[in-house]
Amino acid sequence: MKVLVAVKRVIDYNVKVRVKADNTGVDLTNIKMAMNPFCEIAVEEAVRLKEKGVASEIIVVSIGPKVAQEQIRTALALGADRGILIETEEEVQSLQAAKLLKAVVDEEQPQLVILGKQSIDSDNNQTGQMLAALAGMPQGTFASEVVVDGDKVSVTREVDGGLMTVALNLPAVVTTDLRLNEPRYASLPNIMKAKKKPLDVKAPADLGVELKASLAITKVEEPPVRSAGIKVADVAELVDKLKNEAKVI
Amino acid sequence: MSILVIADHDNASLKPVTLNVLSAAKAIGGDIDVLVAGEGCGAAAEAAAKADGVAKVLVADNAAYGHHLAENLSLLVADLGKGYSHVLTSAGTTGKDFLPRVAALLDVAQISDIIRVESADTFVRPIYAGNAIATVQSSDAVKVITVRGTGFDPVSGEGGSAAVEAIDNVQDAGKSAFVSEEMAKSDRPELTAAEIVISGGRGMQNGDNFKILESVADKLGAGVGASRAAVDAGFVPNDMQVGQTGKIVAPNLYIAVGISGAIQHLAGMSGSKVIVAINKDEEAPIFQVADYGLVADLFEAVPALDAAL
Ligand SMILES: Cc1cc2nc3c(=O)[nH]c(=O)nc-3n(C[C@H](O)[C@H](O)[C@H](O)COP(=O)(O)OP(=O)(O)OC[C@H]3O[C@@H](n4cnc5c(N)ncnc54)[C@H](O)[C@@H]3O)c2cc1C
Repeated sequence: MKVLVAVKRVIDYNVKVRVKADNTGVDLTNIKMAMNPFCEIAVEEAVRLKEKGVASEIIVVSIGPKVAQEQIRTALALGADRGILIETEEEVQSLQAAKLLKAVVDEEQPQLVILGKQSIDSDNNQTGQMLAALAGMPQGTFASEVVVDGDKVSVTREVDGGLMTVALNLPAVVTTDLRLNEPRYASLPNIMKAKKKPLDVKAPADLGVELKASLAITKVEEPPVRSAGIKVADVAELVDKLKNEAKVI
Repeated sequence: MSILVIADHDNASLKPVTLNVLSAAKAIGGDIDVLVAGEGCGAAAEAAAKADGVAKVLVADNAAYGHHLAENLSLLVADLGKGYSHVLTSAGTTGKDFLPRVAALLDVAQISDIIRVESADTFVRPIYAGNAIATVQSSDAVKVITVRGTGFDPVSGEGGSAAVEAIDNVQDAGKSAFVSEEMAKSDRPELTAAEIVISGGRGMQNGDNFKILESVADKLGAGVGASRAAVDAGFVPNDMQVGQTGKIVAPNLYIAVGISGAIQHLAGMSGSKVIVAINKDEEAPIFQVADYGLVADLFEAVPALDAAL
């Protein structure tokens, strides 16, 4: 079966973001960018499905600027077969991303679509669910285990109270959580090979989607800063401070 | 304005976070209806009717909603939601699961994880793991929103007497089924509602060692949490993870034990009133946010703390 994986180019998770002085956003100039960590987990899961003989082809799609080709090449180096970049320099909100992905789903007809549960920039946790709704598919969100069995997929989900397993009819959408797998690193030969794999570039208009945003970010500010307090010498001093100064125990 | 709040509940009882979501609804202003969708959820509906500021409780009691499957619940909420100006639920794993589907079905954006209401169309939410705070204005006809409970003081759960109305609206997409669940059982307070939280990280070394935290927790009436590293290593289950992609907590007292203080962890607990860090590395970043830092080996410090309480 065909598996579609969506990946997003975001700020590297190790980088501490700075808010722009004019409060219009965060400063991304000369910042290290990378594939969103949850998307890496999505790619890895697809590759494992292919290694098990469950997936026959892995298509990786990204929505973003021209440089997002780098993240698609990374996914191709990890084992995806071909890539699609929906190129736009504009900020794409979740609903528009879901509509673009829905258009790709209509064209490619994958049996399984795997996405990260959230991207670590906007922290929205929406796109996979929106895509599933638009495509009329069931969803297994925050997945820690995915087992394809015939025309169904069983997904174990990390939920607030513990774990919950659902059975979904294929085609279905899965969004990944941290414990689904540990992504591999791409080997040098595979990075070289990935350069030759097909990568299609499309414009949102080619897919018939208009990028109209209904949310406007009017201001971006620094969070309130917490300053370091004091070091206590020992447990006795700690307990005394908590009881008599902070009055929290 | 009219607001639909989708209650968090386990059929038998209303989850306290619903009262925080009602508080966000109140800040928006307007008539507030609550939807309790579940199976055998009469008791949860009764509890919702007692909450302060609720005009009406709608009850959709059907097997299709028993496990809050997103495919079914989203059809119901989209159907009801188009008659409201705002649809709100908590940013727990149930809300995160079904509400974006509702937004897509209504062809509107979702505003995730709000921590403040500026006006009926403008909301404040953290982005980049809480390293930036965005003000977001929506031009959609229906505002679909998940609420971070810790951002809003709960309304009173007593004193209200809203009408309870059963609705006959069964939506079964027929594409998903509940198979099983493995829920953590604990007598300790739920993490997101606890007044005190004590969390362990990789420094705990194994799951067994969490017993020393549990002993302190029991004396303090605290919840027990963990870092991602501790969960990934299999020391403790996933529902204990605090952080950007786990639970967001804001207790009066947060005690971080053997946790280095990565930004993704801080995103989940830096709203705590008082933070204590116990770590043997005096350079650990957690000390930069801790009100009281103790540089010590946790295997000596935690038992000593236990003895001193
Ligand atoms: C996409 C993404 C999402 C993430 N989401 C989360 C999240 O939600 N929550 C989260 O927590 N992390 C999250 N992380 C992981 C995060 O980046 C860190 O890796 C993690 O928080 C580290 O956990 P830790 O502090 O327990 O481990 P470490 O960083 O290894 O720190 C262990 C600490 O224990 C101390 N220590 C060791 N032994 C002792 C001892 N005997 N006595 C006292 N101190 C001791 C050490 O000095 C050290 O500071 C995420 C990462 C990514 C990429």
